[in-house]
Amino acid sequence: MINILHQHKNHITATSGILIGIAFAASLLGVSALRTPALIIATIIAGVPISVKGCQALRMKAFSIELLVTIAVVGALFIGEYLESAVVTFLFLFGAYLEARTLEKTRSSLKELVDMAPQEAVVIRDEIEMTISIEEVVEGDRAIIRSGGKIPVDGRVVQGQAALNEAAVTGESVPAMKALDDKVFGGTIVDNGYIEIVAEKVGDDTTFAKIIELVEEAQESKSKTEKFLDKFSNFYTPAVVLLAIIVFAVTRELHLAITFLVVACPGALVIGAPVSSVAGIGNGAKNGVLVKGSDVMDRFAKVDTLVFDKTGTLTKGKPEVTDIKTFHHLDSKELLTLAAQAETISEHHLGQTIVKEAKARRVNLDGELKDAEIIKGMGIRAKVAGRTVTVGNRKLMNIENIHITEKALLYAINREKLGNTAIFAAVDGVVAGIFSIADQIREDAPRALAEMRKNGIKKIVMLTGDNKHTAELVASKLGIDECHAELLPEDKVNYVKKLKAYGHVVAMAGDGINDAPAIATADIGLAMGEGGTDVSMETADVVLMADKLVQFSHAYSLSKATIRNMKQNTYFAVAIVFVLLFGVLFGSVHLASGMFIHEASVLLVILNAMRLIRFNRKGRKVEEKSQAAFEGVSV
Amino acid sequence: MAKAVFQLEPLTCPSCIKKIETALNKTAGVDSARVLFNSSKVKTEFDGAQIQAAQVGDVIKNLGYPVLSAKVS
Repeated sequence: MINILHQHKNHITATSGILIGIAFAASLLGVSALRTPALIIATIIAGVPISVKGCQALRMKAFSIELLVTIAVVGALFIGEYLESAVVTFLFLFGAYLEARTLEKTRSSLKELVDMAPQEAVVIRDEIEMTISIEEVVEGDRAIIRSGGKIPVDGRVVQGQAALNEAAVTGESVPAMKALDDKVFGGTIVDNGYIEIVAEKVGDDTTFAKIIELVEEAQESKSKTEKFLDKFSNFYTPAVVLLAIIVFAVTRELHLAITFLVVACPGALVIGAPVSSVAGIGNGAKNGVLVKGSDVMDRFAKVDTLVFDKTGTLTKGKPEVTDIKTFHHLDSKELLTLAAQAETISEHHLGQTIVKEAKARRVNLDGELKDAEIIKGMGIRAKVAGRTVTVGNRKLMNIENIHITEKALLYAINREKLGNTAIFAAVDGVVAGIFSIADQIREDAPRALAEMRKNGIKKIVMLTGDNKHTAELVASKLGIDECHAELLPEDKVNYVKKLKAYGHVVAMAGDGINDAPAIATADIGLAMGEGGTDVSMETADVVLMADKLVQFSHAYSLSKATIRNMKQNTYFAVAIVFVLLFGVLFGSVHLASGMFIHEASVLLVILNAMRLIRFNRKGRKVEEKSQAAFEGVSV
Repeated sequence: MAKAVFQLEPLTCPSCIKKIETALNKTAGVDSARVLFNSSKVKTEFDGAQIQAAQVGDVIKNLGYPVLSAKVS
C-alpha cells in the first residue's frame, strides 16, 4: 500500500491538481454541482499519502509536518472549507515534488562526483585479458587502460605512458603526464595514450572512494547555526501546537487555529542552513577542495591570519635547475651532458636535480663513466668520455686547484643573492659553467595571497626551518608581513598558540607530516603538497587535492560565501515565519495562501543555496589563463 | 558485526531522518543506524546472527522509503 502510494506520488499530485482545475472550470461554467465533489475527491486523493506519512512518523514518536497538515485538512473538511482543503493538500504534495527536484540540484556536485566512479576494469589474469566489475579487482591485479578509459583503482604505472585528466580527484582538468612508476588515481581518465598499472589500493581504500566518503560525512556535519536551528525547531513545533490551542481557546475559531498550526511550520528554517552547506561543500569537492563540514566553513570564514610553512607550501618543494651559464666553448647542453653523467652516481639532492634536468631535456646519459669519486660536502669528480669533469661548490674548485675567473665568481654571487645555490662545473681543469639550482615559489602564490588579502586576511606569517637568507627572500617577494626562520616543529606550534592567544583566528597551511602538530593547533589546518595522502586527509580540516594555492584562496572565499548564504537563508526564513504568524492572527493570510507562502519560501532558500554551486567558476578560468602567462619566480 | 549501507531515493524532509533512525534502532539485532540526509544513504551496523541485511532493508522499505541498492560488508 505504502509502496503503491510512493510510486504514484507524482500521479496523485497531478490528479489532485487536475481535479481542482475541474472544480474551477465547473464553477465558471455554472455547473456548481460538480464543484464540491471534485474538491472533496481531490482532497482525499492528495490527503491519503500525507496522512499515511504523518501516522507513520507518529508511530515512531516523531512529530511531523504531515501530521499537522492532516489535522488541518480534516478540520477544514469538517467546517466545509473544501476549496481550502483541496488546495492545501495539492500545494503540499506539489511543493514536496519541487523541493525534491531542486534539492537534487544542490546535491548535484556530489552526485556528479559519484557518477565519475569507475564501474569496471580490464585486467590481465593468467595472460588473458578480461573485463571484470570494479568490486572484483584485487591488489596486485594488472589493469590495462586505453585512451578514453578510466583508471579503475589506485596504482602504479608499470608500462606505457599517457596524459591523464585527473579532475575527478584534483579538480584540475589540465592533463598530467604519467609514465613508468608514476602513481595514478582511480576515477581519473586517460586523455590519450596507453598504460598498464598494478593495483595498489582497491575498493573503499582508493583515494576516490575516500573523497566521496569524506564529502558525504562533511555534508552531514552540523554547524553551530544548524545545531541551534535543530534545537529551535524541536521546541518550536510543540510550542506552535500549544499556541494554536490557545488561539482556539481565546477566539473559539477552529479555522483560525488550524491555519495557525499549518503555516507556522518552519520549513524554510529547517532546510535553509543545511542546504547552503551542502551546496558549498559540493562546490569545494568539485574544485579539488575538501572542506570537512560546515563547522569548518564557519571557522574558516572567520580566519584573519594565515600562517604558512615555506618549503613545499609557498614553494614547490622540488629544487629545479633555474639556469645554466657557460663560460667556455661548451654549450649548455654539452655541459649538462657531462655534469649529469658524473652526477648519476651522486645521492645528493642537488646532484640528483642536475640528473633530473638532463633527463627532462632528454639528454643521452649512456657515455663512458670512469674513476667517479664523491667528495663529501663538496661535490663529485669523474672521467666522462675521456674528459675530467669536476662538479661542486667553491671549496671543491679550490682543492682541485681550478681557477675561478672574476666573471664567474661575480655571476655566482649574483645568483646566490637571488636565492639560488650555485654549482660550479669544470671540464679538464677549467670552469666551464655554473648551474643555478633553486626551489621555486609556486606560480600561483602571489595571486592566491593577494586574493585572500582582498577577501579579508589581515596578516600573513611565514614559519620555516630553512635558513634566514632564503626565508627573507621568499617573504619579501611575496610581501609576507612576518617571517621567522630556523624554527623547529615545536617552535611553530608555540608561535601558532601565541597568535591565537592574541585573539587572531589562525589558518595554518603546511605539509601534512612535518607540520601536523601546528596544523592541529591552528583554528583551521590545511594540508598542502601531500594532496590525497591518508595523513593529510585525516589531520587537516581542509585538504587541497591539486596542491595549488589558488585552491586555498578558493576555499577561503567559498567558506565566506557559504556562511553568508546560510545567514541570508536563516534571516529570510525567520522573517517568513513572523510574516505568516502575524498574517494569520490579523486575518490577512488564509490556509491556502499560507501554504503557498510556506512552500514558496522553502523553494526560495533552496534556490538561493543553488547559487553556491556555480560560485567562482568564472573567476577560476581567468586565473588559470593568467597563471599560464606567469613565469616561475625563482627563490 | 556486519555493516550495510542502503542507498535510498533522494530524501527531502529532515523529519525522515528521525523516522528511519528510530525505527531501525528499535529493530532487534540492529546496533546502530545513521541516516546521511544529503547523500540519501542509511549506514547500519547489525548483528549478522540475529538479522540479515535484507531484513534491515525491509524495515526501511516498510517505512515508505524504497531501497535502491544495498552494499553489505
